[in-house]
Amino acid sequence: MIILSRRSLFGAAAATLLLAGSAGAQTTLLNVSYDPTRELYRDFNAAFAKHWEAEGKEAVSVRMSHGGSGAQARAVIDGLDADIVTLALEADINAIAEKTGKIPADWRGSLANNNCPYTSTIVFLVRKGNPKAIRDWGDLVKDDVAVITPNPKTSGGARWNFLAAWAWAERHFEGDEAKAQEFVGQVYRHVPVLDTGARGSTTTFVQRGIGDVLLAWENEAFLALEELGPDQFEIVVPSISIKAEPPVALVDENAEAKGTTEVAKAYLDYLYSKEGQTIAAKHYYRPFEPELADPSDMQRFPELELATIDDFGGWKKAQPRFFADGGVFDQIYKPGQ
Amino acid sequence: MPAAVLPRLKQQSVVPGFGPALGFTLFYLSIVVLIPLGALALRAAGLGWSDFWQLATDPRTLAALRLSFLASLGAASINVVFGLLLAWVLVRYDFPGRRLVDAVIDLPFALPTAVAGIALTSLYAPNGWVGQVLTPLGFKVAYTPLGVIVALTFVSLPFVVRTVQPVLQDLDRDVEEAAATLGATRRHTFLRVVLPALLPALLTGYALALARAVGEYGSVIFIAGNIPYVSEIAPLLIVIRLEEFNYAAATAVAALMLGVSFTMLLIINLIQAWSRRRFGHGA
Amino acid sequence: MALEASLDIHPSVAAAPWRSPTAESPAVKWTLIGVALAFLGFFLVLPLVAVFVEAFRSGVGVYFEALVEPDAVAAIRLTLLVAAIAVPCNLVFGLAAAWAIAKFEFKGKNLLITLIDLPFSVSPVISGLVYVLLFGSQGFLGPWLARHGIEIVFAVPGIVLATIFVTFPFVARELIPLMQEQGSGDEEAAISLGASGWKTFWLVTLPNVRWALLYGVLLCNARAMGEYGAVSVVSGHIRGLTNTMPLHVEILYNEYSFSAAFAVASLLALLALVTLSIKSFLEWRHADGLKAVRGH
Repeated sequence: MIILSRRSLFGAAAATLLLAGSAGAQTTLLNVSYDPTRELYRDFNAAFAKHWEAEGKEAVSVRMSHGGSGAQARAVIDGLDADIVTLALEADINAIAEKTGKIPADWRGSLANNNCPYTSTIVFLVRKGNPKAIRDWGDLVKDDVAVITPNPKTSGGARWNFLAAWAWAERHFEGDEAKAQEFVGQVYRHVPVLDTGARGSTTTFVQRGIGDVLLAWENEAFLALEELGPDQFEIVVPSISIKAEPPVALVDENAEAKGTTEVAKAYLDYLYSKEGQTIAAKHYYRPFEPELADPSDMQRFPELELATIDDFGGWKKAQPRFFADGGVFDQIYKPGQ
Repeated sequence: MPAAVLPRLKQQSVVPGFGPALGFTLFYLSIVVLIPLGALALRAAGLGWSDFWQLATDPRTLAALRLSFLASLGAASINVVFGLLLAWVLVRYDFPGRRLVDAVIDLPFALPTAVAGIALTSLYAPNGWVGQVLTPLGFKVAYTPLGVIVALTFVSLPFVVRTVQPVLQDLDRDVEEAAATLGATRRHTFLRVVLPALLPALLTGYALALARAVGEYGSVIFIAGNIPYVSEIAPLLIVIRLEEFNYAAATAVAALMLGVSFTMLLIINLIQAWSRRRFGHGA
Repeated sequence: MALEASLDIHPSVAAAPWRSPTAESPAVKWTLIGVALAFLGFFLVLPLVAVFVEAFRSGVGVYFEALVEPDAVAAIRLTLLVAAIAVPCNLVFGLAAAWAIAKFEFKGKNLLITLIDLPFSVSPVISGLVYVLLFGSQGFLGPWLARHGIEIVFAVPGIVLATIFVTFPFVARELIPLMQEQGSGDEEAAISLGASGWKTFWLVTLPNVRWALLYGVLLCNARAMGEYGAVSVVSGHIRGLTNTMPLHVEILYNEYSFSAAFAVASLLALLALVTLSIKSFLEWRHADGLKAVRGH
């Protein structure tokens, strides 16, 4: 027994050391983000740390936490000590603001472009040569086409997919919402696997060889092409898509408690700087101010017409209408529909 | 626990330490399991009875619960048959590599469930090693309810083997010899002598495998396909409720599952206690 | 026993007319072994092979690089630390619970056993969530903890608690059936000969159950190191700080570093295999003692 209690004492001591080790002399920021931003922030954090020291300030290290956007928002609500949140959906940051008050209710607008230093859109990734001839949203419901997209209930990116399809349908059927819903329902009946996250869907499409078309973030499609095989896939740009706006925000109360407000604010501002915008474009995010980024990076982005979330009345309306319990998405799967 | 209560609570025994042992057991059980689960129940209660009833009878919830429990029953049944066989082979026979096989049994515990899910999916997907063979034959495993059973069989595999193994090792061979001497065939001896003695352990293994399988999330999510009403498991519904920031509904689904599992476990434990009295093990 | 063993090893001899009345014919025996191994191969070995094949797909260099990378090392350290706290806690609990349940008759025993089983049937998603509901900043104790600057969820204590929860029944579950089977005759004898309670426990009970105990500890340890779902909920996923090995695997996988992901996963499998080989070795070394206990 004595040996055991000594061992657990040792364990507790080691745990304390482990926690204390993270504090140390330098300032540490915690950026809680969603899945596809890993590569972007790895580069950006290094650039920011260099910039901050060059300004004559203290050494700063930025810790990252990645996961599904909704799950990350929940972790912050339940006490994860984030200084900064960089999530996939405005709705997720709204939830933090509403449930904890740690972010002011009017956070949207505290930074330029509705707090979106970069945007993205939804494109199609198809197999090389586009064997099923998929050119636009209407082709997704052809008989032999299988579509891969994650579950909008558990993935932020999937909600943008859903809204992009809806935007096309609403235009195609000239504003007939019943027909738009019917079309989007059709699309989801062509989905054989509904993964829980965007990266899960990419793996299903790329590694498992399931499906003919993957609905993906533009940045994810480019990354998949680069990392997993440019000779096996190609990107198809539909006639219309949606401007996906992943917002960033300061978690005021947490930063204040930790005394990191100044550096956290500088971190967010730096996302809008020339360097920040260049890094975003390099990682296939569309920068808010394209003229700041490298022109050769900018050439990679195709021109296409983009609907915005405001066409849906903003997230505060779109979220409950489409994705809440019993909303449009749930109705799609009701038997007999 | 006041000492005066103890004599009435338990039968007299010369072995000491009942108070401290039970006291510590209850204390630790409360801290680690009961109080946290109580907090869960409290949250679920926040939903209100009518909402709870609506959720519990929602066709989608029912479809998910049906899939979870049926797939778990399937997986546990597969594991009872093959778990018994494995335990038998490992205890009774000597063959090259027996120790290695014995060591491998526990791997499903050590491998993170997500890894298991990914590995199984990569095997059973139409372009995987196994999928390549099965798909032309018309068997689809990955992204169907069949895939759920495969994943659950994997994660609950060690339970039956590991509960049956020690009992089989302890089993007195004299009884079998006596049966054989009295003219019983080997098959008869097994069915009438060995199997009844193993029954409590088999039941325990079955119950634990079932309980573990019902709640499994990490491995299933990769192989299931997750289509509502078809291949959506109950734990995924919990996650979906959480994503809606609806903790009450999430915990209600969890409470529902927990209630069913608890009842099953209790029934099986009671059957076991009854069979222990009946067959006189350890009395 | 010795004769039987030699028969088993040489099927040619076993085919001789005489056969022990409690042994099956070689045909039956080898069929059973074949079927058992085929099942195991299909459901267990194949996935494991897949993990190792993926791990080494990009070469041995990538494999070892993945294991010495700082975030991976931090994850390995955290996983070992969590197991080093969770396993002893559950060991002490398992002994106390098995002692109370096996050596005494009392009311509500079946209910108690079922309650001990309960963590098995709680979905891992939920077993993490219960601690968030209790200790999270929206939880029942959250505000009090925050005022006193105590971090539980999204820090090491939360990960330890979630791990203890999911591995809670293992040691107790291994010990209870065995100790019930053995009864309390040995202890009663020792006590009536004047031994103290502790002495009886150390010198009589513990040696009787040491193999089941070792088993329970190994299973508990394997599961403690491999747990993903529950820990994922309470960890906060902070890279290099609160990521355990299973979470690190997920991160790598999601970064399309498939080989590195499977390398870390294979390390977990190897850790389990090592502990299990130690068990096999101990069993082999102490085979005589083991037989004596079984013959009890």
